[in-house]
Amino acid sequence: MAAHNLKHALFCAIVTLIISYPILGFNLASEGTTVTLEGAETSTVIGILLAAVIVFLFQLFRDNLMGSLRQLPAANPLANRKPMEQSKRLKLESALLTLMIIGALIWPFIASRGAVDLATLVLIYVMLALGLNVVVGLAGLLDLGYVAFYAVGAYTFALLSQYYGVSFWFALPIGALLAALFGLVLGFPVLRLRGDYLAIVTLGFGEIIRILLNNMTTSFHETFGIAYSGEHKVIFLYLIALVLAVITAIAIRRLMRMPVGRAWEALREDEIAAKSLGLNRTAVKLSAFTIGAFFAGFAGTVFASKQGFISPESFVFLESAIILAIVVLGGMGSQMGVILAAIAVTILPELAREFSEYRMLIFGAAMVLMMVWRPQGLLPMRRIHIELKKQE
Amino acid sequence: MQDLLYFIQQLINGLTIGSTYALIAIGYTMVYGIIGMINFAHGEIYMIGAYTALIAITGLAALGIAWLPLILIVALVCAMIVSSSMGWAVERVAYRPVRGKHRLIPLISAIGMSIFLQNYVHLAQGSRNIGFPALIEGGFRFGAEDSFQTSISYMQVTIFITTLICMTILSLFISRSRIGRACRAVSQDLGMANLLGIDTNRIISATFVIGAALAAVAGLLLGMYYGSIDPLFGFIAGLKAFTAAVLGGIGSIPGAMLGGLILGVAESMTSGYLSGEYKDVVSFGLLILILLFKPTGLLGKPEVEKI
Repeated sequence: MAAHNLKHALFCAIVTLIISYPILGFNLASEGTTVTLEGAETSTVIGILLAAVIVFLFQLFRDNLMGSLRQLPAANPLANRKPMEQSKRLKLESALLTLMIIGALIWPFIASRGAVDLATLVLIYVMLALGLNVVVGLAGLLDLGYVAFYAVGAYTFALLSQYYGVSFWFALPIGALLAALFGLVLGFPVLRLRGDYLAIVTLGFGEIIRILLNNMTTSFHETFGIAYSGEHKVIFLYLIALVLAVITAIAIRRLMRMPVGRAWEALREDEIAAKSLGLNRTAVKLSAFTIGAFFAGFAGTVFASKQGFISPESFVFLESAIILAIVVLGGMGSQMGVILAAIAVTILPELAREFSEYRMLIFGAAMVLMMVWRPQGLLPMRRIHIELKKQE
Repeated sequence: MQDLLYFIQQLINGLTIGSTYALIAIGYTMVYGIIGMINFAHGEIYMIGAYTALIAITGLAALGIAWLPLILIVALVCAMIVSSSMGWAVERVAYRPVRGKHRLIPLISAIGMSIFLQNYVHLAQGSRNIGFPALIEGGFRFGAEDSFQTSISYMQVTIFITTLICMTILSLFISRSRIGRACRAVSQDLGMANLLGIDTNRIISATFVIGAALAAVAGLLLGMYYGSIDPLFGFIAGLKAFTAAVLGGIGSIPGAMLGGLILGVAESMTSGYLSGEYKDVVSFGLLILILLFKPTGLLGKPEVEKI
């Protein structure tokens, strides 16, 4: 091992110490106006030192380690496996879907009330993630203000039911359509922008809508919701959410195979090529944006009726980031992956309470690691395609 | 007369905030100018700088050191070292492996990094906001005794002077030094600079380090100015600074300075004449309008898309 390696490893270890020791090793405690400093526990300090040593050793033997890792691809038995045949894969996928829907239908009758309530939340996230999947995964437009459309749906229901006594069933399409209208109006000017600018602008829109909601309306504390009294309300709401989620999944599945769905993907892959083939860029992008917003409005209405009250705190940027994390982890564009990721991301923090404090930390790290190692997601999207057989 | 004094007060407040936005915006604009990505985690690096400075200040106070210049210099140096190490590490871990891939991939990686760093500080230091001691107090006052007075605090003067010094050093560094020349070459043409023997990886690391060090300076200054910090305060400030960078023309360093000042003044005029609650709406609205009508900003060069 060369001296260069040693120098680099030492440098990396020192940087590790510098970025972790001041923040983790000292705790600021404020009592009234005075701020005091406390040293962290010994275990934390040992942990920091250990991390530095690990970084040092890893960087020192990096070449050897990477070399030996590359020599054992056989460790993963799935690596050299041929991709499953298409007809078989489709059958497996549809069987899995049927099983999931049957399981979801039986669920409320065997699980506790709290579990059903959680499942409703999962379904809301499934709807949101499927909607965002259209925008980010299929059309390749990074929308960081997606939660704004969710808020539009929720507030539409809240306002309509508060001031006009409109029922859930009437408010549902209105909320979704209004969210779609917002998507259309906001999307029209911004969709000319390039990818990363678009992300920032949608983030700005999301924040503006949240600040306006914060300043213009008081939060709704009066209960409103579905006119269905009694103890079965939770189950009823769950079933509504399930039906809506299934409708969302089927609708998007059909859209993906329609010309407009193919246009979304064409535009994502190569904008200039798609344009030169005669696709109207703005119209195609706008359709994806509007449809994504529509389903967010759907989810927002269900969310409002589940909560019974809403406030702007439910629609912060973090919520957009969680939905984006679901789409990224599941595999951009892949419906199955997104559904499974939505279930996992919502349920895991509930299962392990002590873990929930670290939830966002792990999401952030997972987003980075996914982009570095597997940008296509855990369950990448596969299009139906025909492969030419090699001639024998 | 009174109206004029009120206007001048808002102008001074705006220029103060604006000059710190400019310091943060430099980090965005330099990174964008060289590798064309938005470093979403830059606001968090600024926040970490503020936390480190506060830790250093309280640590020195606990040791019984009370000489103000020493406290400020130690806090500044500590914050700059920690932030620039963070900037270096973030680039190394989250951005270098995804460089050159599809545009969305580095951006999502950066968002993940931003969430990670926010929660890292949140878990280590708690989510409550912590008071930042006002080390520099007092100021000048203008105007009649019995009516509205324009006041310039010594803190505001410190912010101006520090920002001015930092900007001057940066300009000299970029225009005169070897690394600065390499930075300019890399931002013009990365591939060509590589062919001519410039270690582009090192230059990219250097831009992250410079941007992070300036963000740390802003962290210390704004922490003292506002009087409290919390793990989330980097996010909004980062967004504002990005707005400033876009306003001035992203990729251009003088543009970032100009954009920061304009944004700061626009914001303080809004809170002075309309309502403080809408100042964020105004700055985001400004960002959207600029991107829609003049995406190249005030001093930026138009970008030509080649096939």
